[in-house]
Amino acid sequence: MKRVGLFIPCYVDQFYPNAGIATYQLLKKLGLDVTYPTGQTCCGQPMANSGFEHLTQDCNQLFVDNFAEFDYIVSPSGSCVLHVKEHLHTAQSENQAAEIRTKVYELVEFLVDVMKVKNLKAKFPHKVGLHQSCHGQRGLLLTQMSELVAPYFSKPQQLLSQVEGLELIELKREDECCGFGGTFCVVEEAVSVKMGKDRVKDHLSNGAEYITGADMSCLMHMEGILKRGNSKVKVLHIAEILNAG
Amino acid sequence: MNSETKTHPELSDLFNKDEQRVDWHDQTLWWIRQKRDKSAHSIPEWEILREKASEIKNNALSNLADYLVSFEQKALANGIIVHWAADAQEHNEIVHGILQKHGIRKMVKSKSMLTEECHLNEYLEKQGLEVIDSDLGERIVQLAKEPPSHIVLPCIHKKKEEIGDLFHEHLGVPAGTSDPQILTEAARQHLRETFLTRKAALTGVNFAIAETGEFVVCTNEGNADMGAHLADVHIACMGIEKIIPKRKHLGVFLRLLARSATGQPITTYSSHFKKPRAGQEMHLVLVDNGRTIQMGREDFRASLKCIRCGACMNTCPVYRRSGGHSYNYTISGPIGAILAPNLDREKYADLPFASTLCGSCSNVCPVKIDIHQQLYKWRQVIVQEGYATSSKKMSMKIMNYTLSSPSVYRTAGKAGRWVLKYIPFAVNNHFNPWYKQRDMPDAPKESFGEWYKKNVK
Repeated sequence: MKRVGLFIPCYVDQFYPNAGIATYQLLKKLGLDVTYPTGQTCCGQPMANSGFEHLTQDCNQLFVDNFAEFDYIVSPSGSCVLHVKEHLHTAQSENQAAEIRTKVYELVEFLVDVMKVKNLKAKFPHKVGLHQSCHGQRGLLLTQMSELVAPYFSKPQQLLSQVEGLELIELKREDECCGFGGTFCVVEEAVSVKMGKDRVKDHLSNGAEYITGADMSCLMHMEGILKRGNSKVKVLHIAEILNAG
Repeated sequence: MNSETKTHPELSDLFNKDEQRVDWHDQTLWWIRQKRDKSAHSIPEWEILREKASEIKNNALSNLADYLVSFEQKALANGIIVHWAADAQEHNEIVHGILQKHGIRKMVKSKSMLTEECHLNEYLEKQGLEVIDSDLGERIVQLAKEPPSHIVLPCIHKKKEEIGDLFHEHLGVPAGTSDPQILTEAARQHLRETFLTRKAALTGVNFAIAETGEFVVCTNEGNADMGAHLADVHIACMGIEKIIPKRKHLGVFLRLLARSATGQPITTYSSHFKKPRAGQEMHLVLVDNGRTIQMGREDFRASLKCIRCGACMNTCPVYRRSGGHSYNYTISGPIGAILAPNLDREKYADLPFASTLCGSCSNVCPVKIDIHQQLYKWRQVIVQEGYATSSKKMSMKIMNYTLSSPSVYRTAGKAGRWVLKYIPFAVNNHFNPWYKQRDMPDAPKESFGEWYKKNVK
């Protein structure tokens, strides 16, 4: 049987364990051999996106040591997966790093492209807004991008459409960034918050009860804004919805 | 306010003090992005066109030296006087020299981002010469003594009421006028007089054709033509990257330029200039000003493919909510943020960080510049050259130390969650920029790693 290494990004591990648990359970339901290597920490993206890629050597080596042995590496975060795909390099084990770059998958793309999931047996009777996180969308091509003149597809939608009772709301701006952007959210606080407020408003004015997506970081950002505005609307990682009911 | 000393985050913070205005600015530019989308979607071969344009520009840059020599030969044969300027200073001196030779003290100028980049107006004004910008948007910001905030829509940051106030002060329209029709007519009358009395006209160049020595200027107002056709001396200024190999390539770019910029099928005027008319003098100034240095930087040379459509600004969620002036550089938005560090890494160190790396800019770019990838790469260069703040350096080192060791990470994670749960004021205070307008996540009772250890193994 193919072995799956579960890559749970640092902030999901620390702040959103339920997204990690749902991911683990979903993969187990599909009959996969799933292991969470306990020596993992982070993909190094927060440093690299801040211009400190040269500091990420140890992080990268740690990633390779933890994940080289698996057939697939799956993670509930488009952004972290994209970072590994584009920037995982190590001085000592570049061959293994190169192999990892081709076998690391974001959860949604793994379910759709590798597992070819067509019948999820999940139930979530709510109005849901789908946030297209940029790195998952424009980097991993989870959903067609509104800028391009090309046929439409959406892998997260493909999965959400299998969930019983779920009603996907329409948004005014289907794929605008939420303004999280890693350290951008503190360095460029004013613009980041305004972007987040605008994104949240789009979901609220279209009647969302939940906002979901394939990247917890964007959801964490929007949750911060929702909570500050005392909104009842909740954020949930897509794995939690696909694993519900 | 001296905006020179303020950074992008500081200027954006000021811009965001008036949230309604931010909404207005965002929606105005988003509307243009939507017009662009509609226009692009009406062309089934849009993506092929972009690819072609990208390939032509790659070819032009790879063979730039040859194309420039060919272009100069043809232009000279056509009767154009050709000048070469290594930098902004030389460019300004050349233009000044031409005007001096003819004893001209007043000049009309149509839109040229290159002359903005070289700060030609200020230079000539210091020499006692008068320059009037004839592009309506540029004229408005000139009257307001501001730089353009957008390369295609220079006064997009101004509301019509504010333009009315400016025209009341400078052009004598009645106070309180805000009807665009009346304001435009006032500008038209004012500029008509300018066109008729100026002996010299300066224009930009959108495309220069190596094969024929011709150049093409695209405007919506016909102001380049009004200036050039009425003046005794026509000076056209261009960056050396404006070269395209052949005339037949023009169609590719003209189809892309206006659709990307405003959603129009083509600019109202696409004026082809080949030789001076009888009795006229025509000058071309070819400017380097850092372009050959950028050519030598493999990671960044593709930025020179830019045809200045402004689509990346209209789509940029940061630009729309920070305004063009927050960039402190002639060319604002994502493209400005990858061009500016070429000239001065220290001064523009903040610009590549003024992005979430969402990638929308690269997707709308008609010549397929990998803008967001270059933003990422400039960040690395800027940090390695030592232009990161010391607090950022320190926090990155701590973060790296924590994340490089599983045991340090687990301890720090526990501490972090403990802090969040039991002493929220330690992080929930105004020293934490996250908390200013956003709540922190709730601290869960255990991490995923702890759950896994308990429940799986």
